[in-house]
Amino acid sequence: MKERFIEGALFLSALFSIFVTLGIIAVLFFETFGFFKEVSIIDFLTDTQWTPLFAEKHFGILPLFTGTFLTTLIAISVALPVGLISAIYLSEYASERIRTVVKPLLEVLAAVPTVVYGYFALLFVTPLLQKVIPDLAGFNALSPGIVMGVMIIPIVSSLSEDAMHAVPMGLREGAYALGATRLQVATRVVVPAAFSGIAASFILGISRAVGETMILAIAAGQQPRLTLNPLVPLETVTAYIVQVSLGDTPTGTIEYKTIFAVGISLFVVTFVLNMISYWLRQKFREVYE
Amino acid sequence: MAFKIKEVSAFYGGKQAVKNVSLAIQARSVTAIIGPSGCGKSTFIRCLNRMNDLVPQFRLEGEILYNGTNIYSRDLDITEVRRRIGMVFQKPNPFPKSIYENAAYGLRIQGISKKGTLDKVVEESLKKAALWEEVRDRLHASALALSGGQQQRLCIARAIATQPEVILFDEPCSALDPIATAKVEDLITALKKEYTVIIVTHNMQQAARVSDVTGFFMMGELIEFDITQKIFTAPSNKLTEDYITGRFG
Ligand SMILES: Nc1ncnc2c1ncn2[C@@H]1O[C@H](COP(=O)(O)OP(=O)(O)OP(=O)(O)O)[C@@H](O)[C@H]1O
Ligand SMILES: [Mg+2]
Repeated sequence: MKERFIEGALFLSALFSIFVTLGIIAVLFFETFGFFKEVSIIDFLTDTQWTPLFAEKHFGILPLFTGTFLTTLIAISVALPVGLISAIYLSEYASERIRTVVKPLLEVLAAVPTVVYGYFALLFVTPLLQKVIPDLAGFNALSPGIVMGVMIIPIVSSLSEDAMHAVPMGLREGAYALGATRLQVATRVVVPAAFSGIAASFILGISRAVGETMILAIAAGQQPRLTLNPLVPLETVTAYIVQVSLGDTPTGTIEYKTIFAVGISLFVVTFVLNMISYWLRQKFREVYE
Repeated sequence: MAFKIKEVSAFYGGKQAVKNVSLAIQARSVTAIIGPSGCGKSTFIRCLNRMNDLVPQFRLEGEILYNGTNIYSRDLDITEVRRRIGMVFQKPNPFPKSIYENAAYGLRIQGISKKGTLDKVVEESLKKAALWEEVRDRLHASALALSGGQQQRLCIARAIATQPEVILFDEPCSALDPIATAKVEDLITALKKEYTVIIVTHNMQQAARVSDVTGFFMMGELIEFDITQKIFTAPSNKLTEDYITGRFG
């Protein structure tokens, strides 16, 4: 009797979260549908300007996505190498004592509120970079991109390290016994054997960068611009959504509906990234369990 | 003499696992190490290729001379030691790569990548490990798809491929069925012609079948070390006799 009750309660809460998710998707679709009654999907995907808040309206999503693409690219070129190298260090080189100190310290990086990172980028990193690159604008992609990369390091390093830790000791011994050096064991046995876990951590890091909002809204500027120049202000998909959500756009207008169209495009991208990551982790399980 | 082991003691932190062991091992012979569980057999054999260096708290006292050089001397290249003294482990541990890449691995890490050389060495070592006929038409299939016995012979091939002079076996058959065990035993006997073999085993019949010389360990001490036939028919120590007649262990 009691068992049945518990099972029922668990089932209901699972059902509840499924309904909430479905509800969100339904609202997104409904409003997006309304948007595409007014704007052609071709314009949406090919127009090179995004100016829904101006008198002369253009609805080309490309500038927002290049903004997201560029900042993500900068972030992951910091986070992936540094994260992977720290993971290799922690898993293959560090003593047990160093690991138990360094790992939680790294994870603190992920616990700092993103608004703090945002102002750190704007008020500290940008002026610092301007000393080296005088052309750098006050708002730009470079500085928040780098800061976002720092924030993502622990996601990559922690998950990659878990994957490397799961590689059986016997494999390492097998390589050492053939005369491999520590570096060869790390790069030619452990990393390949943990590959799917490492790749999953990369994709999770990428999807974190794609979805990051606050840092970019604060430090990258709010000017949708079709460019791959990291030195000028631009706007990302997520930064646009907060900009409109926080403004006084009346419900039901076309400006208002853009949020949903943009939101669903972003959702599709992160959904695909998460699916790839999930699939990689499944594959990883098959090998070692 | 391939090995001359002088008053070797081995410690994990404060715990002593091998106590003041001295012995000499002939080149091109098979030496078996037997003894009850936890007596330090693995620790001892892993001292011979410095595998214990991977254990953070490990410490060794005494001298291990291989062809006259102390393998623990500071200025010796440890990777060179391990290349000359190969090892096969209790649990087959092929890399999650193809059969070919497993056999070629030792050469690859030495920077050898010429296809002709690799092909030749892979074929030769798989033949010596009595695995060639079973895998010749699927060299590029995953090694993890092989049976346990085949995986273990692949690990032997992998060890042979770097042309070591010594091969250490730590209970190589304990995860294998009797047929696979018989194959590995035949292989060990054949390897004796070219290599110095040292094998740890729990199985006394196995020690009697494959080895020329046997050492009996107990609680970290080498109790008796003699010609295998003598150990199994007329041991001079009471403890050895009790162990091989199955009175404890
Ligand atoms: N990495 C280690 N750290 C600490 N103690 C260890 C370690 N490895 C082995 N020991 C201890 O050293 C002693 C000898 O162990 P060893 O593995 O050499 O025994 P063994 O004769 O090979 O046993 P078995 O037949 O069960 O394999 C044991 O008491 C064991 O608990
Ligand atoms: Mg053992």
